[in-house]
Formats: sequence, C-alpha cells, structure tokens
Amino acid sequence: MGSRSSHAARIPDVDSLRRETGFSQASLRRLYDRFQALDRTGKGYLSRLDLQQIGALAVNPLGDRIIDSFFPDGSLRLDFPGFVRVLAHFRPVDEEDEGNRDPKEPEPLNSRMNKLRFAFQLYDLDRDGKISRHEMLQALRLMVGVQVTEEQLESIADRTVQEADEDGDGAVSFLEFAKSLEKMNIEQKMSIRILK
Amino acid sequence: MSGRWAPGPRWGVLLALLLALGELPRARGVEEEPGGAHGEAQGFQVVTFEWHHVQDPYIIALWILVASLAKIGFHLSHKVTSVVPESALLIVLGLVLGGIVLAADHIASFSLTPTVFFFYLLPPIVLDAGYFMPNRLFFGNLGTILLYAVIGTVWNAATTGLSLYGVFLSGLMGDLNIGLLDFLLFGSLIAAVDPVAVLAVFEEVHVNEVLFIIVFGESLLNDAVTVVLYNVFESFVTLGGDKVTGVDCVKGIVSFFVVSLGGTLVGIVFAFLLSLVTRFTKHVRIIEPGFVFVLSYLSYLTSEMLSLSAILAITFCGICCQKYVKANISEQSATTVRYTMKMLASGAETIIFMFLGISAVDPLIWKWNTAFVLLTLLFISVYRAIGVVLQTWILNRYRMVQLEIIDQVVMSYGGLRGAVAYALVVLLDENKVKEKNLFVSTTIIVIFFTVIFQGLTIKPLVQWLKVKRSEQRDPKLNEKLHGRAFDHILSAIEDISGQIGHNYLRDKWSNFDRKFLSKILMRRSAQKSRDRILNVFHELNLKDAISYVAEGERRGSLAFIRSPSTDNMVNVDFSTPRPSTVEASVSYLL
Repeated sequence: MGSRSSHAARIPDVDSLRRETGFSQASLRRLYDRFQALDRTGKGYLSRLDLQQIGALAVNPLGDRIIDSFFPDGSLRLDFPGFVRVLAHFRPVDEEDEGNRDPKEPEPLNSRMNKLRFAFQLYDLDRDGKISRHEMLQALRLMVGVQVTEEQLESIADRTVQEADEDGDGAVSFLEFAKSLEKMNIEQKMSIRILK
Repeated sequence: MSGRWAPGPRWGVLLALLLALGELPRARGVEEEPGGAHGEAQGFQVVTFEWHHVQDPYIIALWILVASLAKIGFHLSHKVTSVVPESALLIVLGLVLGGIVLAADHIASFSLTPTVFFFYLLPPIVLDAGYFMPNRLFFGNLGTILLYAVIGTVWNAATTGLSLYGVFLSGLMGDLNIGLLDFLLFGSLIAAVDPVAVLAVFEEVHVNEVLFIIVFGESLLNDAVTVVLYNVFESFVTLGGDKVTGVDCVKGIVSFFVVSLGGTLVGIVFAFLLSLVTRFTKHVRIIEPGFVFVLSYLSYLTSEMLSLSAILAITFCGICCQKYVKANISEQSATTVRYTMKMLASGAETIIFMFLGISAVDPLIWKWNTAFVLLTLLFISVYRAIGVVLQTWILNRYRMVQLEIIDQVVMSYGGLRGAVAYALVVLLDENKVKEKNLFVSTTIIVIFFTVIFQGLTIKPLVQWLKVKRSEQRDPKLNEKLHGRAFDHILSAIEDISGQIGHNYLRDKWSNFDRKFLSKILMRRSAQKSRDRILNVFHELNLKDAISYVAEGERRGSLAFIRSPSTDNMVNVDFSTPRPSTVEASVSYLL
C-alpha cells in the first residue's frame, strides 16, 4: 500500500484538481484511497460494475441514475479526476469562497446552481434541457411507485409539473426547476459535511 | 386532596362574593357530616349549603375559570398582546390576585405546590412538546442539543454556584447560614433553562426553526442533568459537607447516565406499548384518544417512581409514538388528540404562570438580600452567554449549518428560567437548607426577571438583529418530491464516497423501521398509505376541493357537479359512499 506521504505524489495533477474542485489536500487523499478501494481489480479506473457493487446503492431508488451521472456521454471508464469532479458538487458551500471569488472565473462546482444542475440532469434523461411530464412520471415511479396506482402517479406528475411550469409549455426547464426550489436550503440539503 | 391547596377554614374572597349574592344560609359547621343527623334536631332542611362538601374541586374549577377568563381579557386588546408576552401578563395578574387574597385573608392561601406542578401541570405541556416535535429537525440537531443541555447546564450550575460562594466568602452578602454545597445546590436548580417559559415566549416570536429547536430541545433534555445535580447536591447537603467522599461523586456521575438513559428507555417502552395498542383499536375508535393520554402519563409516573427523569420519559414517549399513533388512529381521533393536548398544555401553562404570580405574594417566604439577588441575575446571564459562545465555537467545526453570532445572542438571551426552578426550590427542606427562604425569594425574582423583562424585550431584539424568522408556507409538491430525491442522492453519494453521515444513519433507520417496526406497530392498512409525498398531494387536492365548493356556494349551487351532461368535465360520483376520512380532513383544514 505504500506510505501515506507518497500518496499525494501519486495522485495525478493534484494541484489542478484542488483548484478545480476546491477539495483540500487531505480530502483528495481520502477520496483517492476510496477510489482505489473501489477499484478492486486495480485497473486504474472505475467501471459501472465497480460502482454497482456498492451494496447500499442497489436499493437506492435513484442508484442507477446516479451511477450514470458519473459516466457522462456514454463513456465506460471513470478516472479519478472524473470521480472527484462529481463529488465536488457536494462540498459544503464555503461562505468565504463566495466573497473572495473572482467573477471572471467559472462558478465553483459546489455552487447552488451547480448543485441544482446535478439534480436536474438526474431527471432530464434525454438531455433536452427540460423535464417533461413523462420524465417526471418516471422519476416519481422510482421514488413513490410501490405504494400508489398508476393513475395517482400520473395525477401527481401532472400536478408537480403544473406547479413549477411558468411558461406553460408542459415541461419544467432548468430555470423553472431552480425557481420552484428557491425557498429550499439547497446549500444544506445537497452537501455532505465530511467532504469539506 | 385537602392539604394541597391549603385554603384554610376561612373563605375570604369567596365569602364576600357569596354574601353579595344575597342572604344564603351559612355553612352549617364544618365538622358535621353532610345531612347532619346528629346533634340538635333542626328538622328537615329542604336546601342546605354544603360548602365543605365541594370545597376542593370547586376552588380548583374556579381558578381554572379565572385563568381562562384572564386569557380572554388579555386578547381583547391586540396592541397589548403583541408587545407583552402572555406569560408576563399572567404573572402580573397573579400578583394582583395574590394581593387581593392576602388583603382579604391576611395569609397567603394559595400557592403553586410542587406536587400539583409536577404531577398535573407539567406533564401535559411536555407531552404536547414531544408529540408534536418535528422529529427530523430534532434528531438532525441532536448532537448540538445534547451538548448545550448537558455540558451547558453543568457549566451554568458550577459557575453560578461557585461564583456566589466566592462572593459570599468575600463578605458582600452579609451574614448567612450557608455553605458551599448550598450554593452548588442553588446553582443547579437555577441553571436550567425552562421548557415552559421557552415555549411561552418563543411561540410568540417565531424565530427560524433550527434556532427554536436548539433552545427548546435544550430546555427539555436538561431535565436529566437538573434532576441529577439537584438530587446529588441535596443528599450531599443532608450528609453534611465533610462526609462527602469521592465514591459519592462517582456515584453522582453514574446516576446521571442511569437517570437520563433510563428515563429515555421508559419513554421508548411506553411509546412501543402505545403504538401497539392503537394498532388494535379499530372497533373502539371512541376511546382511542384516551390511550394516548393514559399511556403517556403512565410513562411519566413510572419514570418518576423509578426516580428517573420523568420529563425525558414523556418527551421520548411522544417523540417515538408520533408516527405510528398518527397512522393507526382515525382522523377524528387524531383531531381530538391534537386539540385536547393543546388545550391541556395551554391551560396548564396559563395556570402555572398565574400561580407563579400568586405564590409570590406571601410575606412569610420573603427574605431579601440585595447582593445575592443582583449577583445571581448577573451571573446567570453572563455565564450563560459565555457558555453559549464557547460551545458554539466548538460546535461550528462539526456543524453543516453554522450558528452565527446573532443565533448565539438569541440563544443566550432566550435562556429563560421558569416554574421548574420554582418547584424545585420550594421542595427544599428548610431544616437542611437553612436559607431556603432566601433561595425561594431569589428564584422568584429571577423567574420574573427572565419571563417579564427578557420576554418583553426578546421580540424587539429579534427584529432589530434581523434574525431569520420561520416561514409559514403552503406545502409544495415540488419541494417534497425533490427533497426526497435529494435525500436519495445524498445517501448514494455518501455510500460512494465511503462516508458515514446523517443520511446513511437516517436511511438505515428508515429501512429498519420499514422492515420491522412498522410491521409490528402500524395497522396493515396504514402501512401502505403513509408516504409524505402522498400526504402533500392529498392535502393539495383537499384544498382544491374546498375552494371548488366555496366557489360553487358563492355562485349559488353546486348542481353543475351533479349534472350528467357530457360537456362537463367534472363527474363526481356522489352515490358511492365516501370514506369518512375525507370529511374529517376537510373540517380539519377549515
């Protein structure tokens, strides 16, 4: 396994990763250990199968979709930077960052908007930038489907889209999605404290 | 029962009232049995005045009536109630009434006795708090709450007690018959934040829910600490200062764990029993609400019997049974339970504050010592502030949502003392604690100060500091749905990144609950239909239905719903029997 001190050296492009994701050195090291633990066959990258082996994910209603979000654009290999980039969305929002941020630089991965974007793309399967009624129905079915009839599901899906849809096109765009959740404390609800 | 309210053989105010009503036959000798058949033959009395017969319940009912009438009176003036908290008004009313009674009788006839307080007035309030506790919020902040409740209270007690002792040694207080242990005993009973007072004041202030739950949770959970410290120091005082050994101190620390965990366990056991019982009450719907109250009260008494923390027991009974009881009992029973609990809690609170005022008007208990009183006030405020700041500094390193300076100010300022401290101080044995009257007087002053002065000023303070207020919002389907999605996402991310966090624990708990607990404790029919998203959907539909009806009535008739015309899209089938749940829910929403 090697000594701890050499780990930082073994993480490729550790400095650019730190800048991009905002993770501390210690966090990156921990995540690298986790990455290697998940990569049981020592390939150097993760496949879908590796992630599916995580027991608790199998029973998570959104498990499959979340795994898919790690493999954008149909790729089959997940390298460490990709792994960390997704996890960076869930860093708690650091208030000081907000103040010192240079407005010309791209938004940090864990900003409110980016957190919302992550959630949005879990619903928007066909990537057309809108959550159609059909996509809402599918998501609902995953999360609530066991306990209700199909008609009730359709009713709920209709109502949910109706609630958020402002321009009346029968689908929820990203901005409408963000607006429907404006009162919600996303910074808290979509953050994992330990990933500081 | 007769000893409890101690009105004495004089009828004071009552007599004045009764004489004013006209000439009524006076009570015929309090020692005679009703219907007096012995002694002088007076002949058959058609109507007799049996005051002694009804004395006790009558007086109790009368006081409850007075307290409730007072509440009506206060709310006649909206301007007053929006500035002055009701609790303060009730204390002032109590002072006035106490003065009247004193003037009429020349002794203080009524006071808030610890037995009445601990057995009848406190349980409804705490049960109400536990049964309606927002569990997710409570358990999400449990670490914070526990830290403040345990460490914070011990800190307050120790520092206050020791500082007062220090000042006493310096001679500023003059000649008093007290030792170090008496001061520590006093410190332990004055240190605890009081749930009744916090509820009464914070309910009118509407700070954001996290802040409220932290202060309120602290006030509930510090009972274990208060009970232990009080008992420990009281027994130490009884033993005598020099006979206290190290073993006794260790026993004290052990007793803390036993008292708190034991009380919680008793509460959980009774919650289990209660949920189990309500599973089978389908055919006895009428008495369903009774079970909730009886079993919760038994958890309180059982814990008290085992000298464990009764407040913790009844709180956790309420917290743990909520979900299953609400799922099992009918809608009407749920409404009954809700309103009865609120009524009992509100009534008890009113009586407590009024009697705090009345009890203060008793010349026998007053012993004034300027230095003691002023310094106590100073120490409890200052040490609470210091304690809050220190603990928050530690907590903020572990919390997701940081507690800001403003929150800390509200937390320090909102550390109100109340009737629990008063009841504890009255319970002291004056043979063992020689300066009991001094303690009682000081406790009363402290309570009045915190409830009246801090209660009055906390609202403007909250507004001035622009504390985040709670938002009363309509439930939104989107928020519930996406909130659920976020929970799943976070669980998944926690699993992927290999971290054990809140979500992991919550997930584990809800799996355990779904697989085992709900199967045992929830009625089969209820197990399927209790999803939160569905509840919101159901409520929204009901709201729609109500507005539909309201619109129809405005227009004159709802005939268009019943018409069979095909161009009418609404075809409600009124012939099938509607489940009674709909009607009950509608009335609830109204």
